[in-house]
Amino acid sequence: MSDQTMQDFKNLAPSNSQKFTQRLLPLVVFAVVVLMIPMFNPSSLVLTLLNVMGINIVFALSYNMLLGRGGLLSFGHAVYFGLGGYAAVHAMRMIEEASYGDGGFWASYPVFFLPVIGFACGALAGAVIGWPSCRRAGTPFAMISLGVAELIAAAGFMFGSIFGGEEGISGDRMNGPELFGLSLGPISEVYWFIAFWTIVGTFCIYAFTRTPLGKMSEATRDNPERVEFVGYDPQRVRYLVFIFAGGFAGLAGGMAAVQYEIFTPEAVSLAPSGMVLLMAYIGGIRYFAGPIVGAVVLTYMQSMMSDYSEAWLLYLGILFMVVVMFAPGGLAGIVAGLINGMRAEDRNERIGRWLTVSAGGLLAFAGLIVLIEVAVRWSNGYGEVFEPFGMHLPTASALTWALILIPIAAGVGLLRLAMKRKEEGHA
Amino acid sequence: METIVFSLLNGVIYGLLLFMLSSGLTLIFSMMGVLNFAHASFYMLGAYFAYTISDASSFWLALVFAPILVGLVGAAVERWGLRTVHVNGHVAELLFTFGLAYLIDEVVKIIWGRNAVDYQIPELLDFPLFELFGAQYPAYRIFTLFVALAMLVALWFILNRTRAGLIIQAALSHPHMVGHLGHNVPRIFMTVFGVGCALAGLAGVIGGNYLVTDPAMAVQMGPIVFVVVVVGGLGSLMGAFLAAMLLGLLQTFAVAIDANFADMFGWLGLSPTSEVGRISIASLAPMIPFLMLVLILMVRPRGLLGDREL
Repeated sequence: MSDQTMQDFKNLAPSNSQKFTQRLLPLVVFAVVVLMIPMFNPSSLVLTLLNVMGINIVFALSYNMLLGRGGLLSFGHAVYFGLGGYAAVHAMRMIEEASYGDGGFWASYPVFFLPVIGFACGALAGAVIGWPSCRRAGTPFAMISLGVAELIAAAGFMFGSIFGGEEGISGDRMNGPELFGLSLGPISEVYWFIAFWTIVGTFCIYAFTRTPLGKMSEATRDNPERVEFVGYDPQRVRYLVFIFAGGFAGLAGGMAAVQYEIFTPEAVSLAPSGMVLLMAYIGGIRYFAGPIVGAVVLTYMQSMMSDYSEAWLLYLGILFMVVVMFAPGGLAGIVAGLINGMRAEDRNERIGRWLTVSAGGLLAFAGLIVLIEVAVRWSNGYGEVFEPFGMHLPTASALTWALILIPIAAGVGLLRLAMKRKEEGHA
Repeated sequence: METIVFSLLNGVIYGLLLFMLSSGLTLIFSMMGVLNFAHASFYMLGAYFAYTISDASSFWLALVFAPILVGLVGAAVERWGLRTVHVNGHVAELLFTFGLAYLIDEVVKIIWGRNAVDYQIPELLDFPLFELFGAQYPAYRIFTLFVALAMLVALWFILNRTRAGLIIQAALSHPHMVGHLGHNVPRIFMTVFGVGCALAGLAGVIGGNYLVTDPAMAVQMGPIVFVVVVVGGLGSLMGAFLAAMLLGLLQTFAVAIDANFADMFGWLGLSPTSEVGRISIASLAPMIPFLMLVLILMVRPRGLLGDREL
């Protein structure tokens, strides 16, 4: 009998090939994709977009160490990003001074390794701020993080010598010793820098989830009481995780320092903290790849959609609400659900339901777009008219309202139908 | 003396306004455990509804109908939004309201524009009530005081002297027991959420023309409301009242004090030209609530008068 149980446990462990395909392969594919991109000669606009994506990927992953893995909802993660970034900008200035002046330690410090400074400073800030905030999880933690974020943001405008007041602190990345033959002047060379640190950051954060500490942080999220029974101190586990999360946020801050060459007190305010929360959650906090997906999608939306529509923040809000309400697994969860569903036995039934849901969602969304776009133009009051596909849709025409109401009604109807079928299927 | 009297008056009024704004959230938070991020957005909605209604008819109609409208919006949000998310736990609910705050902000910007609207004090109340130390005191502020006090008394009466209030109080501390007794707890939740939002809306009607009505007002007030609720303590309206008054007075007094760190800590050798020495007490005023929040959560997680920890 006991042999039987042992056997079962052994079967549960992943085989070597499973380990390879599930753990190492995605990382390798990610790295190869990142390294392949310059072969397509992207324009500098695309490169800038990709660089920002890289920064946000590391930032969102570090945030997910708290929210997804540790169950700690933070409203002030940009504090560590900002402080790490500020440290890196200050170091960049010191490199500049030292290389034109008397030399010394900073003269031999390459700009390429500034994210290390960011990591150290972010981790230090995490160690200081985390001490009072990690005693409890849940709402107290969220509230303390909010309070601390507000305090640091207010301090940002108070201490000019550190934060540089309204105009911030700027530096020049083309100083100090060159590494790998990169002067870091043109954006294409900065891409290699960002790519390097994105891969290093992603790899390290993944490695962290495999360490005993990373595993304990998941256990602490799920059941702190039991963790205490096993002999661990949940408070200490949270504290250590918090320090690492702060460190990786600082790393992303260091990357941003080199990319932008400037940091303003805006970087430590509540807005970027909210943005990283949206990225991680929309991407899917239960999956390691979730924040990566979220960072890529939201960065793209941020820079591209703001060209198409003034109301892109509204679309972002709607996307977030839909994810919170109907797809708590985020975009990554939807993809995982699709893949698992393709393997399930009731495949045809599921495909039918997906088609209904996506048709309904698209219809409702189309109606919503018309409504929002018409409303935005009405709000601006310039007399501009929304003209998709050559149609003319002024505020007061019946066609406009038909195009708003009919798709929304039809879409909602289809969604309800799909929901009803699902319930019947379960019953 | 002059400064003290004026700061006292303004501080009390600001504190009462804060209490109006946060009393609803205290109810909601204590009963449902939902720290509603969008609460200040309902306050903003109240101000904008009042602006539109008073533009079309009169301020007095707005005073009645704007909070009711806001309350209906709140109840609808609870019924069709929060209830769906409830199964996924408190973090999901918190995130839902976080997204809702985002949405309401954007919708308000579309409907009423990005700039402040001209929501004015009604003419009937637009006169100086009395003179103090040679300075006139506007009547509208005293009106604010009375509305807030009336709301406080009404809330106290409903909660302590009516059957509905008793059920709500019971649901605050023992929601499951109330459910077992046969009350429709989801409907109680919806009502409380709606009423809480209506109270925030009332604060918006009163505060919108006392302060400024613009799309940033929710973001400015949102975190401060949390501070009042958390510092006051879970399940305690009295605590919220104390915390709101404390915050209101502290902030107005800090603004009124004309001193900087060098004046206070000069005896420690802090020079008035140094960066720390130059920080004035007045510039610290916006930081006070958050300092209080962090300190209270560290030292006394129950809040001032809370009956249990967060």
